[in-house]
Amino acid sequence: MGVGGFTSEGGLVTTTIEQAVNWARKGSLWPLTFGLACCAIEMIAAVSARYDMDRYGAGVFRASPRQSDLMIVAGTVCRRMAPVIRKIYDQMPEPKYVIAMGSCATSGNIYNSYAVVQGVDRFVPVDIYVPGCPPTPEALFDGILKLQQKIMKQKVFIKSPILGATKI
Amino acid sequence: MTLHPNAEKIQAQFPDAFVSSKEWRGDLAVTVKKEAIIPVCRWLHDDPGMDFDYIVHVASVDYPEDEARFEMVYEFYSIRRRQRIRIKARVTEEDCAIDSITGIWKGANFMEREVFDMMGIRFNNHPDHRRILMPDEYDEGWPLRKDFPLAGKGWRDTFEFITEGSHKKTK
Repeated sequence: MGVGGFTSEGGLVTTTIEQAVNWARKGSLWPLTFGLACCAIEMIAAVSARYDMDRYGAGVFRASPRQSDLMIVAGTVCRRMAPVIRKIYDQMPEPKYVIAMGSCATSGNIYNSYAVVQGVDRFVPVDIYVPGCPPTPEALFDGILKLQQKIMKQKVFIKSPILGATKI
Repeated sequence: MTLHPNAEKIQAQFPDAFVSSKEWRGDLAVTVKKEAIIPVCRWLHDDPGMDFDYIVHVASVDYPEDEARFEMVYEFYSIRRRQRIRIKARVTEEDCAIDSITGIWKGANFMEREVFDMMGIRFNNHPDHRRILMPDEYDEGWPLRKDFPLAGKGWRDTFEFITEGSHKKTK
């Protein structure tokens, strides 16, 4: 078995530590339950037996941010919910990733209302945007696979400034 | 047996408070003066011939062109008699208050708070007169009024909880 394009010969695997770490990280994503609206139903379906998100190593949903490294924001984000999301994001240990699932979490969707935040990226950094209203479990899987690709490209041992949310 | 009581009966009981009545598709809506909302509701609740024991909802409507701008809408249901009635009362913008009916139906508590939160109509003698959906410190006004801008006045785009350096690692 090869990791990161390296092939094994005689039971040996050659790779870089960086790739090994990233490989371990991407295969063991622990998502945080953050269902806010109808998107959560699709997220639940994605974890359940028929679609089985566990195949990608991201099936163990946690109710505690301390035990998670992936926040899937699934649904319409009301302004009153925003500080809660930010607090939970801050409580997650590094490295942490955010998927904005669905049109509402991405841009507010049709809800151009006084109470709805126009995209969760206004107050937390988002790694992957999954379009759809709601996205199918397959679309969410596509987002998770894209996130895994992104994780594989990350530099582990080079210190880079952690990007916070930009103030608008 | 009809699905609602006679409007004439209410008019005979409250000749001064009665304003108008309208039947539409089997539903009866009676408009009364807002000063009489407590006696009318008390009578609808207590009178054995009326017996409206269940409060379905409390709502409000904004008619910006009308003289009395707001309209309170109450809907009551009698579980035993299987009858339904809608009571309406007009409230002006200048004197934007009406008596609370929580003393008659406890279930009106949250619904009146929602009307206050969204439309800004105050309820006299309400036991817990606070906003219910919007935060207590929300100060943009009353979101469901017709003159309120759809996208609000900027609150949805202010994130004061993101402090400088809150994204940095804590030791």
